[in-house]
This record gives sequence, structure tokens and C-alpha cells, in this order.
Amino acid sequence: MSNLTAPLTSGRPPLAGHQASLGRRILAGSATPGGAVFVLVAILVVAIIIANPNFGEPGQLIRFAGRTAPIAIAAMGQYYVIVSGEFDLSMGAVIATQVVMAGNLIGDDKDKMFPVMALMLLVGAAIGLFNGLVNTLLKVPSFIVTLGTMLALGGLVNYLTGGAATGNPVDEFRQIGRGSIQDVPIIEVIPYPLIILAVLSVLATWLMRRPFGRSLIAAGDNPDSARLAGVSLWWLKTRAFMISSLSATIAGIVLVGYAGVHPEVGRGYEFAAITAVVLGGVLLGGGRGWVLSAAAGAFALELLFVLLTSLDVDSTWRDSVQGLIIILAVAASARAWQLGRTRKTAQPTPASGSTGGTTTGEQ
Amino acid sequence: MKRLTSTGIVYLIFAMSLVVGAILTAGEGRNFFSTGNIQSILTDTSILGFIAIGQTLVILAGSLDLSVPYVVSLSSLVGGGMMAGQSGNIVPAVLAALAVAALIGLANGLVVSFLHVHGFIATLGIGLIVNGYLASNYQGSHGSAPRDFRLLGATYVGPIPLSTLIMLGAAVLAIVILRLTRVGHHLYAVGGSPDVARLSGLRTSVPVIVAHVLCSLLAGLAGLLLLARLSVGSPTIGSQGNYDLMSIAAVVLGGTLLAGGKGNIVGTLAGVGIFAVMNNVMGVMEVKPFLKDVIRGLVIVLAVALYARREIQRRPARFEKPSLLQEAR
Repeated sequence: MSNLTAPLTSGRPPLAGHQASLGRRILAGSATPGGAVFVLVAILVVAIIIANPNFGEPGQLIRFAGRTAPIAIAAMGQYYVIVSGEFDLSMGAVIATQVVMAGNLIGDDKDKMFPVMALMLLVGAAIGLFNGLVNTLLKVPSFIVTLGTMLALGGLVNYLTGGAATGNPVDEFRQIGRGSIQDVPIIEVIPYPLIILAVLSVLATWLMRRPFGRSLIAAGDNPDSARLAGVSLWWLKTRAFMISSLSATIAGIVLVGYAGVHPEVGRGYEFAAITAVVLGGVLLGGGRGWVLSAAAGAFALELLFVLLTSLDVDSTWRDSVQGLIIILAVAASARAWQLGRTRKTAQPTPASGSTGGTTTGEQ
Repeated sequence: MKRLTSTGIVYLIFAMSLVVGAILTAGEGRNFFSTGNIQSILTDTSILGFIAIGQTLVILAGSLDLSVPYVVSLSSLVGGGMMAGQSGNIVPAVLAALAVAALIGLANGLVVSFLHVHGFIATLGIGLIVNGYLASNYQGSHGSAPRDFRLLGATYVGPIPLSTLIMLGAAVLAIVILRLTRVGHHLYAVGGSPDVARLSGLRTSVPVIVAHVLCSLLAGLAGLLLLARLSVGSPTIGSQGNYDLMSIAAVVLGGTLLAGGKGNIVGTLAGVGIFAVMNNVMGVMEVKPFLKDVIRGLVIVLAVALYARREIQRRPARFEKPSLLQEAR
């Protein structure tokens, strides 16, 4: 008797897929688009090491990971917007704005570092708030809002700087992007950007398991049903836009260390981030995908470029290969998500027979 | 009282931009309605006009085309390269450039409809592939247009440039396709809801592919027009113009739903007109180039914000009988 009631009171019967052993679940996970990207990353690393054995040294690998951190951070921010069914094209312009702000406001004064960083985060949040509110309350498509923000911010930054590099923040600030913990055994160094990425990954994963993350995915999958279930869509999506702009801000802070202060620094980041997210198996249009896959997508994209360089492919052909890969990756993942769907909707029909089977679990 | 359709609002904004433009131009001591100024505005509309018409078709079908800038560049290079300054080569060169453009459109359409890749990624990917080809094979400007071909960019019929007339011709053709042909009606159906269209027995891939091919063809025409103006083909001419994003902005400004299935060409033309007037006035006022982008960005957001809200909420009541003509708008 008590055996019978226990599963009923838990509300939802456990899914068959959730009860398998860990190894099985990892195997099943890597067959989904969100998991396949990790396999892709592994394959690319092996391919690069075969082409260029130097890359396999732990020190090299960790430095590469540090260099890729800003784009992975941006991709994770973009993920929140994409999974809720929108786009954020303003990312590159936000990065440029933040980089130029840091360059001109911090200058040589070490004491200004933290106040200015707080201001940058505030500006980032404000830009996200603007994007989100115009998108959700004025119902302007996110493509258009963020395109407008991109043009306006990009133009403003270029106008204020005259399109040239200006200002140079104090060295301590640049260390955030450039520095690392020295003398670590085996891997030699741990770059600060990588630590930031790790912390943000944990935060992002936690956030996606909170009601916020769950409702975000629900809203991306079917906004109407999410709204009827009591989700306040406008505030939900606005927060997603704010997270995206904030992550662009952090990517900008890291990029100052690498690239210096130039209004062109963030150029193309919005498309790179969207490509990374999509490469990570996240469905454009929302509702499906995993936040860490977006970061892995960024790594896959950068590894692809490293592979092309070590194979001596002309740098001018990089675009072509990138284009081909994203089409193939998205075609493959579209197929995979579709297969997952058809199986689910096909389930009720065999249940009319008496079997029920093991995979269908309850009935 | 009849409610204003979104196209009506767009034309209201267009008229407003004309008035504001005329006032601002007069403030600079110049005449906005002088023949020269009107000509320059009309000339400005033609290139973006071609692309935006194509973009409207693609967006109506529920897709997007981000590959247009690269198609523009490629068609100007292929055209310029084949003409090589000889008048006799004009016809084969134009045909070849358009064929290449149509091929790229076909690739876009096939990837979108058969590989089920979102239009955003499919056309971004195809565009990148073309861009890699352009960067690898053309270092700088290439080819040259003979004088006869250059006349295309410099001929006027009355005060109206020939290029604008061709653009308007293309617009009329697109309207005819959308209003009177089967594939046009299917385009709206597929853009509105691919699932419903499929369940109603449509071959959903056909309108999508047709829209992509037409869009690339029109982008190819825009490339040839740029070739006629500049007399050389250039591998960066398309990406410099930001034609992908600006054409999408013009389409949305024209009242077409970005999600597809609702909108029209006439609105898009007004959207293009608003941009042209804005460019012209900013040129007269000698606004700094970077500030132009700021103003463009703000105007795009504000203009779309003016009617986007009511546009989405206004669904036709199920049991009211809206007249067929009204629905078509």
C-alpha cells in the first residue's frame, strides 16, 4: 500500500530515462545535440594534437582555454536570450562600449578600477533593461531592438573616440584579462579569464535549475502556455536580455587585457556568440538546449579555427569552413531534436495495445 | 471609423519624415523638393529597394536572408569581370551574374527547406561560404563596366532615375506574384504556419525556395546596379553597405511581421523611402558619419515601436467577417 502511494504523492512518475545508470545517461546525453558538442570538442582537440603535437601540452591547452573564455562568456549570455526565443545583436556594440569606457574612465588611476567596473556593470544592465523592455512591452521584435541598440551604441562609441584607439587603462585592470596564477603544477598557469568562466558556468548552471531558468525554457518553447501557467513573460525576458548585456560587459572587461582599447574590439561578437550557441545544439527560436553546451560551442568554434591554422588552410577560407560547419551542425541537431519529438508524440499509439513496454514506463 | 492598417501607419511615418526632412533642409537654406535632391533620394532608394523587396518575400515565407551582402559583391564581381569593358559582353555578363546569384538563392532555399536549418543560420552560413570565396579569389576591385552599362546608373526618365524605375518594376512584379499567383498565396500560408500549410496539402518547400531564389536574384540586380555606378566590381561593396541588416530593418519598418506570413511590398517601399529621406537629410545637415548610425538605430526602434504593439495584439475576431481585400493588406 505505502509502496503504491509513495510515487503518486511525488506528483510525477519518474521518467525511465532518468533512472538509468550514470554511464548510460552520459551516453544518451551525448547523442543529443547539446551533448554532441562536447564530443565535437574532444574530436577537434585530438585532431589538432595530431596535426600539431605542441598544442597537446597542458600549458598550451590551458592558455588556449583562457583566450577562448571571453567568447564563451558572451555565448553563455546569448544563450539566455536565444533559449527564450529572442536574439541579441547588440552584444558586439556593448563590448565596444564597455572597453572604451574602461579605457577612458579608469586611465592611470588604480583606485578608480572598482567604481568604474561597477559603473560598467550598471551600464550593461541598463542596456539589457532597455532591450528587454522595448522588446517585451512595446512588442518590437528583438532582432530590431537589438539591431537599433547595436547601430546606436556602435555609432556613439565610434563618434566619441573618432574610430581610433583611445585611452589605456591601468595595468592592474588589464591583468584581469591577461594575467594568471603562476607556478601551478602540470598546467603551469591558470589564466584569470578561465577562473571567471568557471565561476560564471557554475552560476549559469545553477540559474538554469532555478524557477527562472525553468520558466525561461518554457517561455521559449511555448510563450502562450508559459503565460497561462502564471509566468510574467515581460520580466522574465527582460532579465534574459540583462544577463546577455552583463555577460557582454564581463567579456569586454576580459577583452581589454587581450586586445586593448579600440572601438572595433567587439566587432562580430554578436554573430560569433550566436554561432557558438547554435553550434552548442541550442535551438534558435527557443525552448531547447543547455547553457554549458553554449560555452562548449564557443570552444568548438575556436578549436575549429586553430585546426584550420595548423592545417595551413588559407586564412581567407576560414569563413567558408565556418559557414559549412554551422550549417551541417545545425542540420544535424535539427534532425536530432525532431527525432526526439516524433518519438514522444508517437508514444500514445502503441499504448493502445496491451504491452506498455519498458521504455514507456508508466501508462 | 476605419482603423489605420499598418501600411497606413508606415505611410504616415513616411509623410512625416518628408515634412520633417523638408523643414530641416529648409533650415539649412536648401530646397528639399528641388529636382536634384529628389533625384538623389530616389537614386538612394534603388539599391536598398531591390534587396528589401527580395527580403520581404523571404521574410513573408518565414525565413531570413543574411547572405545578401555577399551576393551583391559576388554579382558585381562576376558582372564586372565578364564585361571587361566590352559592350558586347553586357548581356552574357548580366545573365551569368544573375545565374550565380540565383544559384546561391537556390542553395539557401534548399538548406532551409530540406535540412530544416533556421533561415538565420542557413543564410549566415551560405553567406560566410561565399565570403570565403570572395576573400580568397579577389584582393581588390575587379573587372570594369563598359560605358553603355554605366549609363544604367546615369539615365533619367524625367526626374526619375532609370534604376529606380527598374526597382519599382521589380516591386510591381513581386506584388503580382504575391497577390495573383498560387506560389504567392502559398508563401503567405507557409510563412503564417508551416504546419498548417503542410496539413492543408501544400508542398511547403516550394514557396520557401522560390522566395530565396527571387531574393538572391534581386540582390544580384542590386550588385549589377552598383557595378554600373562604380564601374568596377568590389568584394566588399556588399558588406560595407550593411545591406543584410538594413534591408531587414526596412522590411520590418514596412509593417511586415518578422515571424512571417503577414506584410506586403508596398509597406517595404515606404520603409526604404524613410531610410532614403533620413540619409538625404543627414547628408544635407552634414551629420558626422558615426552619428548617422546612432540616429538610424534610434529611428528604427522608435518607428517600429509606434505600431508593433497593436499590430501583434490585433487578431481578426473569428466570427467577424473581414472583407477579403482588407485581409490581403
